[in-house]
Amino acid sequence: MPRTVLRACHVSRDYVGVQALDSVSLDVRAGEVLAIVGENGAGKSTLLKILAGVIEPSSGTLQEVDGEGPGHGPERGTDLRLRNTREAREHGIALVHQELNLAENLDVAGSIMLGREPHRLGWMDTAAMRREAAVWLARVGLDVDPTTLCGSLSIARRQQVEFAKALSARARILILDEPTSSLSAHETERLLQIMRELRDAGQAIVFVTHHLNEVLRVADRVVVLRDGCVAGELAGADIKRGRIEELMVGKSFAVPTTRVASAPSVTSDSTRGLTLRRVVSTHRRRAAVDLHVAPGDIVGLAGLVGAGRTELLEAIAGLARCVGEIMLDGSPLMGSVSSRVDAGVAIVPEDRARDGLFLGDPVAVNVSVAWLPRGSRAGIVDRTAEQRMVTMAMERLRMSSAARDRAVQTLSGGNQQKTLFARWLAMKPRLWLLDEPTRGVDIAARHEIHQAIREAAGGGAVVLFASSEMEELEVLADRVVVMHDGSIAGELAGGSIDSASILRLATGGVLA
Amino acid sequence: MNGVKKNLGLIVLLVIICVIAASFGSGFLTAYNAMNLIQRTALFSILGIGAGLVIATGGIDLSIGSIVCLAGIATPWLLVEHGWSPWAAVPAVLAVTALLGVGHGLLVTRLRLQPFLVTLCGLLLYRGVARWMTDDQSQGFRGEFTGLRDIALAKIAIPGIESFRLPATAVPLIVLAVFTGLFLSRTVWGRWLLATGSNESAARHSGIPTARLTTLAYMACAFLAGAGGMLFIFDIGSAQPSDFGNFYELYAIAAAVLGGCSLRGGRVSVVGIILGTAVLQVLRNAIILLGLGSELEFAVIGGVLLIGVSADEVVRRWVPRRG
Repeated sequence: MPRTVLRACHVSRDYVGVQALDSVSLDVRAGEVLAIVGENGAGKSTLLKILAGVIEPSSGTLQEVDGEGPGHGPERGTDLRLRNTREAREHGIALVHQELNLAENLDVAGSIMLGREPHRLGWMDTAAMRREAAVWLARVGLDVDPTTLCGSLSIARRQQVEFAKALSARARILILDEPTSSLSAHETERLLQIMRELRDAGQAIVFVTHHLNEVLRVADRVVVLRDGCVAGELAGADIKRGRIEELMVGKSFAVPTTRVASAPSVTSDSTRGLTLRRVVSTHRRRAAVDLHVAPGDIVGLAGLVGAGRTELLEAIAGLARCVGEIMLDGSPLMGSVSSRVDAGVAIVPEDRARDGLFLGDPVAVNVSVAWLPRGSRAGIVDRTAEQRMVTMAMERLRMSSAARDRAVQTLSGGNQQKTLFARWLAMKPRLWLLDEPTRGVDIAARHEIHQAIREAAGGGAVVLFASSEMEELEVLADRVVVMHDGSIAGELAGGSIDSASILRLATGGVLA
Repeated sequence: MNGVKKNLGLIVLLVIICVIAASFGSGFLTAYNAMNLIQRTALFSILGIGAGLVIATGGIDLSIGSIVCLAGIATPWLLVEHGWSPWAAVPAVLAVTALLGVGHGLLVTRLRLQPFLVTLCGLLLYRGVARWMTDDQSQGFRGEFTGLRDIALAKIAIPGIESFRLPATAVPLIVLAVFTGLFLSRTVWGRWLLATGSNESAARHSGIPTARLTTLAYMACAFLAGAGGMLFIFDIGSAQPSDFGNFYELYAIAAAVLGGCSLRGGRVSVVGIILGTAVLQVLRNAIILLGLGSELEFAVIGGVLLIGVSADEVVRRWVPRRG
């Protein structure tokens, strides 16, 4: 049996009036992957932050456990007070953040060795630094030159750099906060494999995720949190999807795993809807894309990270330059982003904190921002109409009205994403461009967002979404367009949408 | 009122400085001094509000002082040396300053130059042009154009009060403050200006024409600096191109920061800027009245600014963040 290395004993934490974590106890064991799951707001992030020394518990303690473990000798726990992440690192605990925080102006080697640069008489030994970085890059299976600038890497690759950084710090306990939230299916696979290898090498791994299929495939033990308490713990063969979901929501919960049939195309008239003719993003010159999406259709864009999905969405939104012809309902879509928004385009970017939300501003301000010109006369905003619009949009997404005056940054990922959707709902867009529409969002919110997307399509809008999650593509899309290296590798529709076919096309293969 | 609550710290600071100045120096609590203070606060607040608008977009304008000089010098130069009519000279000068602002805005948004750099070049450029244009000679109204100068010099009698009369410059300030306040809170463009400063990328993804709004802010700032420069020259009558308006951008930026504008953008308070300006002006006044020696002026202002900003930050961290 793996031995316990870190123990949380009745750990609680309250934020001004809210009990985020209520007397949670758990063991972290070497050579084991421990998954922590739960709805958003269940206390997962709080628990991780306590384990990693980001925050201290209001009550309860952490213990560092020595000794050989049960059956091998006496187990001795010594109380551990982690006042910051540095102290946690000194005890071999490393956190890999969900929100990546690599300095974009450093190269990969510099980022991995940050704060621990090898030096001679105060001069950095760059060669040694790159040599050591290369070792850790190989360990996480990332094939980039150590001198590459972090800012030029995709989010997925930056995450792998973070990983290498944690490993290089000789961490015994790796804490991963939603490690796969920005990875494509292929990269997720590799990450899970790395997690298994590290576990077999004796590392303790704790990770939080919203993807139960990852839990099923890699976790040795699962702790389910609900409302700040441990709702249950499963190990080995007891780890089953249905059981975990029951514990998460406190009742049995039927997840639709098959695609919900959406309304048939409103019309077969090919001038309606979105038409792309020979569209090439000028940023990275690649093969041209031709695509037609009828009103009422939900089309999923699949592909590996870097396949050009985001570039294509940005080209249609006017955020990136492109050549070729983009037509929406028979008229060309061109000009600035704001003119395209006026023409009925809604944009939900991949990185909501960076490109979507005004984090310090209240929800209401975030929701009404794009709508303002419609609710104004001679440029003066009708504040009553604004209040009404915000209330209605929030109600449609089942957001608590108490949230409207709260700063967006204090909300859970699910509610942040709902805020972004609420912004566009009142605009009645004719074209939705969604990049990873439910990234880092809990199950309940994901269902509601999917429902909102289906309703939008039901109302005759065109929906084009990029997703790296097979499950989401299967559940949401009427048709999946798979991209590979900047062009369309193939299309799947209806019953033929399955992860094996998507993966084959995405990796440059052909369907039999 | 929300404005009062947010600016409580500044109000307390202002009262403390006033009490100290009044109890140690004679001459602070006189009608003449009060009128003088209101005049200076009004003039500098106009510059401060312009700076605040640019700071709200996350930018900075270092050229304010040089535009004050250019506009302030060019007005009597056109009127007296070149015999222009006030009806031509005043609109021409204001239009040129607004155009300079548009230039700053375009360089920042289209060419993506750093605001610091663009306006630093402006600072040097406009000062040089003003000095070259006038052969570095002092410019003034030579006792003429008293009607025009009354825009800044007139005093408005207040019924029931004998010796104190309100300086006329308070009127344009109040109009400007009310207009700017409503613009920022009630209009689409104002709200979008703040959104642009709060997160430019998110603003762009929301369909906000961020480049246009940023340019608008630089235009407003330069225009207000031009208008302010004109009022300054009406007030003092004549000035040297080599030193007129020196460091005024720093007073404007300091007032905006004291008044709660975040240099990261997205946050601006018109009432705060006026209070911030008042604090700086009363402080200058107090230094002279207390006989501390005007050499110390910058040191005291720098110190107070540093303490004020630090205290604000400390308070912000200790008061639990609410919603």
